[in-house]
Amino acid sequence: MPNTFPLWKNLLILFIVTFGFVYAAPNLYPPDPAIQLSGQSGAMVIDEVVLQKAEQALEEAGIEHFDGVADGESALIRLRDIDLQLRAKDVIQAEMGGNYIVALNLAPTTDQWLSNLGGKPMKLGLDLSGGVHFLLEVDLDSALTTRLEGDLQDIKTALREDRIRYRTFELKGHQIIGQFRDVEQVAAATSLIRANYRDLRPQSMPGQNPLSLVLKLSQIASSEIEDNAIKQNLTSLRNRVNELGVSEPLVSRQGKNRIVVELPGVQDTAEAKRIIGKTANLEFRLESLSNSGEKFQFRDPRGQGPDARLENKAVITGENVTDARASYDENGRPQVNITLDATGGWQMGYATRDNIGRRLGVLFIEYKTKLEKSIDENGELVITPVPFVEKNIISLATVQAQLGKSFRITGLDGQRESSELALLLRAGALAAPMYIVEERTIGPSLGADNIRLGVKSVTLGMSMVLLFMLVIYRGFGVFANVALGMNLVLLVAFMSLMGATLTLPGIAGIVLTVGMAVDANVLIFSRIREELASGSSIQGAISSGYDRAFVSILDANITTLIVAVILFLIGTGPVKGFAVTLSIGILTSMFTSIVLTRGMVNLTVGGRKIEKLWI
Amino acid sequence: MTGLKVYNFMSFRKIALVLSAIMLTVSSWSLFSHGLVLGLDFSGGTQIEVGYKQPVDVAELREKLESAGFDSPVVVHFGAETEVLIRMQGTPDEGLADRVYSALKSDGVEVELRRVDFVGPQIGEELRDDGGLGMLLALAIVMLYVAIRFQFKFSVGAVLALAHDVIITLGVFSLSRLEFDLTVLAAVLAVVGYSLNDTIVVSDRIRENFRKIRKASPVEVINESLSQTLWRTINTSATTMLVLLALFFFGGELIHNFSIALMVGVGIGTYSSIYVAATVMLVMNIDREDLLEAVEGELVDDLP
Repeated sequence: MPNTFPLWKNLLILFIVTFGFVYAAPNLYPPDPAIQLSGQSGAMVIDEVVLQKAEQALEEAGIEHFDGVADGESALIRLRDIDLQLRAKDVIQAEMGGNYIVALNLAPTTDQWLSNLGGKPMKLGLDLSGGVHFLLEVDLDSALTTRLEGDLQDIKTALREDRIRYRTFELKGHQIIGQFRDVEQVAAATSLIRANYRDLRPQSMPGQNPLSLVLKLSQIASSEIEDNAIKQNLTSLRNRVNELGVSEPLVSRQGKNRIVVELPGVQDTAEAKRIIGKTANLEFRLESLSNSGEKFQFRDPRGQGPDARLENKAVITGENVTDARASYDENGRPQVNITLDATGGWQMGYATRDNIGRRLGVLFIEYKTKLEKSIDENGELVITPVPFVEKNIISLATVQAQLGKSFRITGLDGQRESSELALLLRAGALAAPMYIVEERTIGPSLGADNIRLGVKSVTLGMSMVLLFMLVIYRGFGVFANVALGMNLVLLVAFMSLMGATLTLPGIAGIVLTVGMAVDANVLIFSRIREELASGSSIQGAISSGYDRAFVSILDANITTLIVAVILFLIGTGPVKGFAVTLSIGILTSMFTSIVLTRGMVNLTVGGRKIEKLWI
Repeated sequence: MTGLKVYNFMSFRKIALVLSAIMLTVSSWSLFSHGLVLGLDFSGGTQIEVGYKQPVDVAELREKLESAGFDSPVVVHFGAETEVLIRMQGTPDEGLADRVYSALKSDGVEVELRRVDFVGPQIGEELRDDGGLGMLLALAIVMLYVAIRFQFKFSVGAVLALAHDVIITLGVFSLSRLEFDLTVLAAVLAVVGYSLNDTIVVSDRIRENFRKIRKASPVEVINESLSQTLWRTINTSATTMLVLLALFFFGGELIHNFSIALMVGVGIGTYSSIYVAATVMLVMNIDREDLLEAVEGELVDDLP
């Protein structure tokens, strides 16, 4: 008899259905409002002691909290009341001081057994959670120009030293152009540049003035400069964003020269912009010989001693630092390799030539805000942010020899210290200017509204479709409706498991999927009705109805999937969200509307003798 | 052959052809002469949405902003009397939104900043290019798929039906001066997907019937196929329309135009899957012969 599934098929359906319910379940647990606490630098330990201090502060302020955990890197304190979250943040920040990052967070309350299985709730997009989205464009042109200007100065110096005479040497666009008085000098200059500046390529064009020399950066060199500029800006941005105290910030590269920054939950965009655009800087200064100069403290007070006096004049600043990398010396001890640009190298050489044996300090300059507590006329605690500049020494090392374009800092404690120092050196130097080319801010109330509207339209649209199917297809309408519900469950399960982000257009995608998912069942059921009308037996009609409709469903869904994929490829942010839900929805609906309904049909009417099909 | 009633759809095909021609002409004319009202995503610029506790007068707000030195701001209600959308003209600059918000707050009124969108001109231009490119790419790949899966004449029919739907949907946006933004572009692409879905189902049945019914004219075969799929076409459009209505009325302002685009597209798509694709096939003289090769393949499959 047809229309029965073998046992394994039924079990497979059961397995997928269970899978769907399990992984969709975490979305049912509402998250707890929480406060996350972490350190400004990776070296800070956030342990039970720190946690207790924060909890103490909350208790004194009368804010209910529970389940505090600290894992050494960060601590999380859950709150009972979401309205108290902002106040709790201020209280903890005031208690802990500026060295700690205090962030608002939503802690998942997923059951232990669910999280053990890898279950987690869906991530909400910025349009649902509220927050800021920035798209920054890195000015790569100026990174190239800076580099070429440095090279130009170097070449001029080198030519003078070698007594090669030129009339002019200047930068035009991305080309260095030199004019000479005679051909011999051109040849001499060309061979000097070929030998010492491999990144610069002398150009020879037909009809070119034989007394001029045109230099261009090689393709490899310029793409390397651009790449480094982006990477360096990314690193600096990450450091800065960390200071904002955002629980799950996103800083990533997009395309050739853009950086996306997403800060969920941030409301003060002006502050966010100030910090992102701010200039942390570096200054290299020699230690002062007498009691003159300025006294500075170490940023990380371990080991090095309490403070040191540095000269007032900086040898070079962060702008001259092109790169800093942590590595190991020949004996396997940690060190930091620093590369300077041409001007920086020259100045460093000049300054250190007569100062071997003295110590050279690196000063890290940060523009920060601190929160000041005061009591206003109503006797209430007011916390106001006050901007200030903080200068700390991050390295103080003895000059062993005359330094040049590249040198290293040794005598570091360990790998952790060397990578931290390299990070700070890079963070202080923004390789190329950045501009905000796109900004989208969604207030928290609008986000909440969007969720409410989304849920409402999904529920409403879905109930109308369920009713419609019940009216039109009666008994089989029930099967289609179960499939539709299951489709929603599976869609949510896959999105949660994949870590896909739910956006408002994503919800629209779900609604649309709900509307279109029944299409497959409509096709099948119409086909079964047709078969019945043309006089097939009941079991035959079911079987051929499913078989014949399958081809149409497959073709139709594959083409729609093609469109969804293209949408994903060209789309940004919200549109991508729509494409993701649409594509997943197409795939899950194929399963629910074909396999799941067939399973139900087979279990109820399959293989039995029945007089009339309730369709 | 079946007990279902066969409607003579194709007898109206001349009328449908004229109707489509009119709609296409009007749409293209409007698109060329008036273009689309590009939303911020594509035009670039700054817009700010703010919420008040009490209903506010937009004219008053406009004056307030103008007296604060902002050049011709566009101030409109957004969905409710208490919600206001402010769009700034002229060259976009990144600090503008903050300054506008401060100006609104200046006299101590409680204003909630609900949304800020700043899109630089280069981004808008890129999104425009990408959107157009994506649309063409979608059409091309779909045409290829249908040509491989069905037959060349089917694929011409399908793609013309798609182009028909897209142009008319865009035309409606151009004529009604509704704003065209990224979500509407997504909707238009979804219309492509939906309309295609419809056309494929109908084409599938036409192909099947050409193979099955030997002694019938192409017009008869197509009429029969359209009649057989009619209920499915109506039911699916109905369920989709139901959820779109839910989105339109309860989805909020942000996806208002999105749902309008889809409703227009689904309506036109339903019509075009009946008339446009099939008419194109008839114009191209579709025949049993066209599917002969495929028929042989099918016969082998059908052998026990």
